[in-house]
Amino acid sequence: MKIEQTVQTTPQAALEITDLGVAYESTWVLDHIDLTVKQGEFIGIIGPNGAGKSTLLKTLAGLIRPSRGEIRFPAARGRRHPVGYVPQRFDLDPDLPLRARDLVGLGLDGHRWGFAWPNAQRGRKIEQALAQVDLTGFADHPAGKLSGGQLQRVLIAQALVSDPELLLLDEPLSSLDLASAQTVVDVVHRVSQNLGVTVLLVTHDMNPLLPVMDRLIYVVNGQAVIGTVDQVVQKDVLDKLYGYDVEVLRLHGRILVVGDETASGDAAGFEHR
Amino acid sequence: MTWYQYIWAPGIWGNPAVHTAWTAGTLVALASGTVGVFVVMRGQSFTGHALGDVGSTGAAGAFLAGVGALWGFLAAGAVTGGSIEWLGRRVRERDIATGVVMAFMLGLSALFLYLVSIYTNASNAPMAILFGSLFTVSPSLQPALLGLSIAALAILALIYRPLLFSTATPEVAQSRGIPVRLVGLAFMLALVVAAEEAALAVGAILSTALLIGPAATAARMARRPGMAVLLAAGLAVGNIWLGILLAYDSYWWPPIHTGWPVSFFVTVVSLGMYAAGGLIQRVRTTVREGGR
Ligand SMILES: Nc1ncnc2c1ncn2[C@@H]1O[C@H](COP(=O)(O)OP(=O)(O)O)[C@@H](O)[C@H]1O
Ligand SMILES: [Mg+2]
Repeated sequence: MKIEQTVQTTPQAALEITDLGVAYESTWVLDHIDLTVKQGEFIGIIGPNGAGKSTLLKTLAGLIRPSRGEIRFPAARGRRHPVGYVPQRFDLDPDLPLRARDLVGLGLDGHRWGFAWPNAQRGRKIEQALAQVDLTGFADHPAGKLSGGQLQRVLIAQALVSDPELLLLDEPLSSLDLASAQTVVDVVHRVSQNLGVTVLLVTHDMNPLLPVMDRLIYVVNGQAVIGTVDQVVQKDVLDKLYGYDVEVLRLHGRILVVGDETASGDAAGFEHR
Repeated sequence: MTWYQYIWAPGIWGNPAVHTAWTAGTLVALASGTVGVFVVMRGQSFTGHALGDVGSTGAAGAFLAGVGALWGFLAAGAVTGGSIEWLGRRVRERDIATGVVMAFMLGLSALFLYLVSIYTNASNAPMAILFGSLFTVSPSLQPALLGLSIAALAILALIYRPLLFSTATPEVAQSRGIPVRLVGLAFMLALVVAAEEAALAVGAILSTALLIGPAATAARMARRPGMAVLLAAGLAVGNIWLGILLAYDSYWWPPIHTGWPVSFFVTVVSLGMYAAGGLIQRVRTTVREGGR
């Protein structure tokens, strides 16, 4: 599947962002973002509420047009869908006449006109995608009656089935219990390894990602820094990003940025949401 | 008289008004049922209801202008549907836009219906517009209804997958390059047609019974979208047929032997189906859980 890419000696960039700026009406929500993500990287996007994480992801997904700058997907050339996008948490009506298989099927050919006539190959692709997210046997389960973690994984399968270069996940761990969150992290990690998919995963808590992510993008007040955890989660780097003093605490292998959620709202002029 | 003649009341097959009601009702039901499923899934019941209501404005206006009521229904629906799409671009604004537009249109309706009752001697026209009278539908309307229903079904068939995608996960659909707004607009067109056809058949303010009732029942009972659409079409047609049958039978009922309004029976059957659907679903869940 990835023969072409493995032959190349230097991995191509999956994503190149140059001088990206996004404004809602007249407020700049993202400004002067420059970063490059390598193919196959697992990137966490971290930052306080209202920092612009979702805006960044939506812009990459093509839902928001950048006000300035450029976004390129060099490695995805030739693919129909450079990105597979899983939006921030939403609910489905439990009575919706829609099965997990239907949601995944829409990811496969939902952009085509007319009906999807059942055929064996289509069914196999759908079941394969569900197997990739550990949901074998859930194909006929009503989508609205899946648990939060299961729905997240179905949506990941829906994104994967289009064979994207990048997987964009907006807060897939929020509102999940620890065990379900861990399952989602494991599934995404395995998928990125097995399929060589580049992952950008937004979370306000970086700790569940520490064992699996290659680098992180730290977003505060519309500014972003990219690097490894050791490079970025440093007092001097974060002080500059936040614009005031924060403390970085490392406790039992967990990282805590103190001063973040409590002050970011007022000091930065952003509202808590 | 044998027992079944009480059900198949004498003459039901030979009555031309019943024939027209049957064909017209079936055509209308097919459009309403199928479109209705997406109305329910998209949470647009209020819009569907509003479109039916404002049909009264158009129908009354058409009556004053001496034009066929169907065209009045459709014109009012198109204006309202267009305004809602134009004003309610964001989801949250949508219900408000619908409410505001509907209120204005119903104000016009009050004026037009008043003028109808004052300046024409068709004293029963307002009743027919608001509550419908399937037995008085002119046979000459059948080709138009056939064309409209085919148009609504064709739109749905064409945009089926993108519509389902935009309905279930709109942001994902948009990220995959689906013109979500355009798809929504095309669906609105099908909805206007279905809602106004239903308004003509069972009355402006009762059209919801046909548009939402069978579809809501089907959406709740079916597990897959295609099945929900087929089931809704079947239930809507059954709903109309049963309504017509009961209305015809009611000719023999007290107090005066003139028959009760068809629309009354259509709403009763619609509600009955919805309740029965809920009951069946509850039994199903209990059985499934009890079997574990
Ligand atoms: N549609 C919008 N219109 C105007 N402002 C918005 C919109 N969406 C988000 N914002 C603002 O942009 C900023 C970044 O939001 P968002 O990207 O959702 O942050 P995050 O996902 O990091 O919590 C916030 O201040 C938010 O209030
Ligand atoms: Mg967010």
